[in-house]
This record gives sequence, structure tokens and C-alpha cells, in this order.
Amino acid sequence: MILSRLTARPIPLITGLLIALALPWAIYPPVALDIACWALFAAAVDLLLGHTGLLPFGHAAFWGGSAYVTGLIALHAGLPFPVAVLGGAATAALLAVPIGYLSARLRGIYFAMVTLAFAQVVYFAVNQWRGLTGGENGLQGIPRHFFGLDLSDPFFFYYAGLPLVLAGLFAAWRITRSPFGRVLTAVRDNPARAQALGYPVARYKLLAFVLSAGLSGLAGGLFAIGHGFASLDDVYWTTSGQVVMMVVLGGIGTLWGGTLGAALIVELNDYLATAGFQEIGLVTGTIFVIIVLVFRRGLWGTVHDLLPTPAPHRTPRRPASEGA
Amino acid sequence: MGAPATPPPVLTARSLVKDFRGFRAVDGVDLDVADGAVHALVGPNGAGKTTLFHLLTGFHRPTAGRIHVGGRDLTGKSPEQVARHGVARSFQTTSLFPQMTPREHLELALQAGTTLGWRFWRSDRALRRFTGRALDLLDQVGLAAHADEPAGALAYGRKRALELALALALDPRVLLLDEPTAGMGTEDLTRTIELIQRIRAGRTVVMVEHNMSVVAALADRVTVLQAGQVLVEGPYAEVRRDPRVISAYLGDAHAAH
Repeated sequence: MILSRLTARPIPLITGLLIALALPWAIYPPVALDIACWALFAAAVDLLLGHTGLLPFGHAAFWGGSAYVTGLIALHAGLPFPVAVLGGAATAALLAVPIGYLSARLRGIYFAMVTLAFAQVVYFAVNQWRGLTGGENGLQGIPRHFFGLDLSDPFFFYYAGLPLVLAGLFAAWRITRSPFGRVLTAVRDNPARAQALGYPVARYKLLAFVLSAGLSGLAGGLFAIGHGFASLDDVYWTTSGQVVMMVVLGGIGTLWGGTLGAALIVELNDYLATAGFQEIGLVTGTIFVIIVLVFRRGLWGTVHDLLPTPAPHRTPRRPASEGA
Repeated sequence: MGAPATPPPVLTARSLVKDFRGFRAVDGVDLDVADGAVHALVGPNGAGKTTLFHLLTGFHRPTAGRIHVGGRDLTGKSPEQVARHGVARSFQTTSLFPQMTPREHLELALQAGTTLGWRFWRSDRALRRFTGRALDLLDQVGLAAHADEPAGALAYGRKRALELALALALDPRVLLLDEPTAGMGTEDLTRTIELIQRIRAGRTVVMVEHNMSVVAALADRVTVLQAGQVLVEGPYAEVRRDPRVISAYLGDAHAAH
């Protein structure tokens, strides 16, 4: 059933997989892994931003929190890296329970600000707890254990990490097309109506928040293993901002759009940094403004509109059109 | 239930009060709605009808007073808890999910009574178990031919019909309809009256309604509200002759004819 659904549109699926597999041949492998991690992070944030109607501005807490926990597990327990990453993701989801409980009943800018505030608390906790986190030095020398396999070459590690990213993206896709996802659409478009039907809206938002945090943690943990360190940058608010920017660039509510946004921003950052350019934010900011003004529905939404629509008898399910 | 001569009230409100920053919108309202009755709430604009509705459905929390449905205290419960206790409502202005089709609306409403909505790992094809019942309900309200159009694109009368179908899908014991005929032309009006007559079987209906011909056609009892208080309560035939009502509300309508 799952397979028939996925293969209903084989061409985009196969194209996507081929690009994912070919990526470290085309570009610098560590950058390829960064793109994969940020793509998953963006999809996780889009679960809230595009599919639940919540703008999270503190997801660095889950990405970075998982990066540290993953690093600590890998450093001290000597477990295979996927176990460490899953441990980080589970911790991020757990951390999201109290934060989500206290913020999910808020709306719009209040939700964004409260999640930002909690993320800053996490940032200060990580910064202060030097004995565990290394403070400003971060967590260095995170190993990549995997049953004795040598994964030190970033080219090979990309392929070791890719299944985790693909599993995470699949999970995000499944969530948006589940009975739960249907309720989220209702909560996003008309929360009062959803309540009148008997849906406990705040609890649905909380579960969406926890799932989103778990997937963000999966991405952040893999990112930390890939780099071999976790740093304060991972829990800093700019990380929360950057992922939202990727989702908006790619197209809110498109799920895959964030992948394009991630590829664009990560590549651009890398290119500018390599070129020795100092004011990276100036360039990415300008591009952000231009894309938002010219392509209202983001990169993915625009491309999607240009492509011929597939078989018309299939129920169109476009979670977010213009107004989202 | 052992049935006494007059059916016991299924919905009662006692001394309900709602204050908004010093303005008392509902001021000590007592309400008894008999099981199986159609009970209309009427009154001039600003009489507190909609506020009372919001209180009865949990969208507002009363400043004072108590609400019971079927012997259960629902005072201060959340809208979803009230809905789960068998009280469904429609909204005054159509309140739908514009991107969903009518079929999807009803699948969603039918799913609300199950735990399926939590299953984020399942395919949304699992919702197909509700499709048959959804199409039945759409057929009841005359929307079968429009089951797969986006709700946002439906004509006004059809949106109102979908509103009714959504409330019906919850199979409520008490159905609260907030101005079910607002803004309707004669044709839609007639159809809606027929529809409410059909769906009232086995339920209790409370409706806010401005249109007196609709009240005359449907209501067993009428409560007239004025300035947040109950002015008169009784069968329509009595209420319409009451001099206080004529001066407060019906008088205006009569003068207009």
C-alpha cells in the first residue's frame, strides 16, 4: 500500500533518489551530507510551519540538543553511530514534550517567541554545563563507530548516513499523509471547527511538535557525527532562523521544498566561505528577499506549478496553496 | 429512561452569566430544553443569543452559573469535551476547511469519534472506512453530487448544508444550530427547514434563529432573550402573542410587514 502510493509518481521519486545517491560525486562530500541533514531538518520544521500552521523559532534546541546527546553517546558509550543518532533524536523528542506542552496552545508570533525563549534556555544550559558539553569549545572528536567499518572518509560516511535521512524524510511524508496529518490540516485551517468536531487541538499540536522535534534531532545528531563535533552554533538561535529560511525558500507546506532550500543555502554558504567572503548573511538575505518576492510559493511550489499535473483522477492533496 | 409525562430536560442552564470587561452579555439565564424538542432562541441583536451558544458549547467559559447535559455537568469544559459528550454545533458564518472536499470533511468528522486520528504512521487511506457513511450523510443533505469538490468553491447554500452534515456526522444527542438559515433565499430556506425536520428525529435541537417563519415551522418552544436575560419562554403560539415580546422584538417585525 505504501509502495503503491510512493510509486504512483515514479519519476520524481526516482529522480530524487538518483540525485541523493549521486550528490557526493557532484559536490564536496561533507557538503553533500550537510545538505542531506538540513533537508531533513527543513522537512521536520515544515511539518509545523506548513502542515500545522505553527512557526517554530526554537528548533535549534532539538537539532543542537540532539547533536550534543548523540556526541556524548558516541564518545562515551562506543555504540554504532546510528544508535547514538537515534538516542539523540529520542532525547530531542522527549525535550519537546514540556516545551511543546507550554507553547503549543499559543498562536502565531507568541508561539514563535516562546519556542525561541525555550531554545535560548537550552543554549545557556549547554554553554554553562562545561564539564559535559565543553562549553565554548564544544564537543570534539566524536567518533563514527560502525561495527569496525572505517567511515572516516566523508564520501563513504555520506552513504552510511543517507539511509537515516531518507528514513526521516519518509516518516515526514507519511505523517503528512496519515489520518493524523488530515487532522493537522484541519487544525491549521480552522482550529475552532476542529475543536467543535471533538478534536483536542492543543494535544494534536503537541504530538506534531514532538514528532517534528524528533526528526530535527535525527538530522542534528547525524550532522554532529558527520562533522565529528557538536558546537554552540548548533543550539544558537541563528540555526532556528536558518532552517525556517530554508523552508520558506523551498515553499511552505511542500515538504520537499525544504530540500531545495537546504541545498541552496548550504551550497551558497560553502561557496562564499571558501571564497573568503565575510558577509555571508548579506548575500543569503538578499537572495531570500528576492525569492520570497518573485516566487510567492517558494522554489518547489513554483516548479510544481510549471510541471504538467499528473493523472487527474487522483485526489489532489496540496496541503498548502497560496494562503498558508 | 423511565418516561414521565413531560420529558425531562436534556440540557439545562442555571443562572448563566457572562461578563466581557464589565459588559454583561448574558445575565442570569435559566434554560431547560426538553429531550427531543426543537427549542429556538430568539431576540433582537445583542440580546446575548450567540454568547449563550458559545457558553453552551464550551467556546466561552461562564462567569457564573452551571450547564448540564444529560445529567452531566459540562460547566467550563473545553469545546472538544462538550462535543464528545454528544453536543454538536454548527457555526453562524460557515466555518469549513476550504481545501478539503465535503467527503473529506465528513470523514474527518466521523473519525473524531475514534482514535484513528492519532495514528501518524498509517496511510490516510485508512479513512476510507468512513467513506460510505460520509456519502450517506452528503446524500441526506443533498450534496452527493458535490462530494469531491473543494469546499471553498461550493455555493453558499451548499456550504450551509455541509455545515449541517458535519454536525450530524457526530450523531449528537443535542444539536445546536447557530442561525442555520442566515442569508438564505426562499428555495434554500424551504430545503433547510425540511432538512432540519428530518434530522431532528431522535435528537434535541437548539437553534438561534432570526427568521420567524422558520421558528414557526420548526420550534416546539421558544425562549426570547433581551439584554442578556430571558424575557419570555413558552410555545411559539403563546410567545408571539405576549405583549412584552411584541414590543421588544416581534413588534418590529410586525410593523415591517
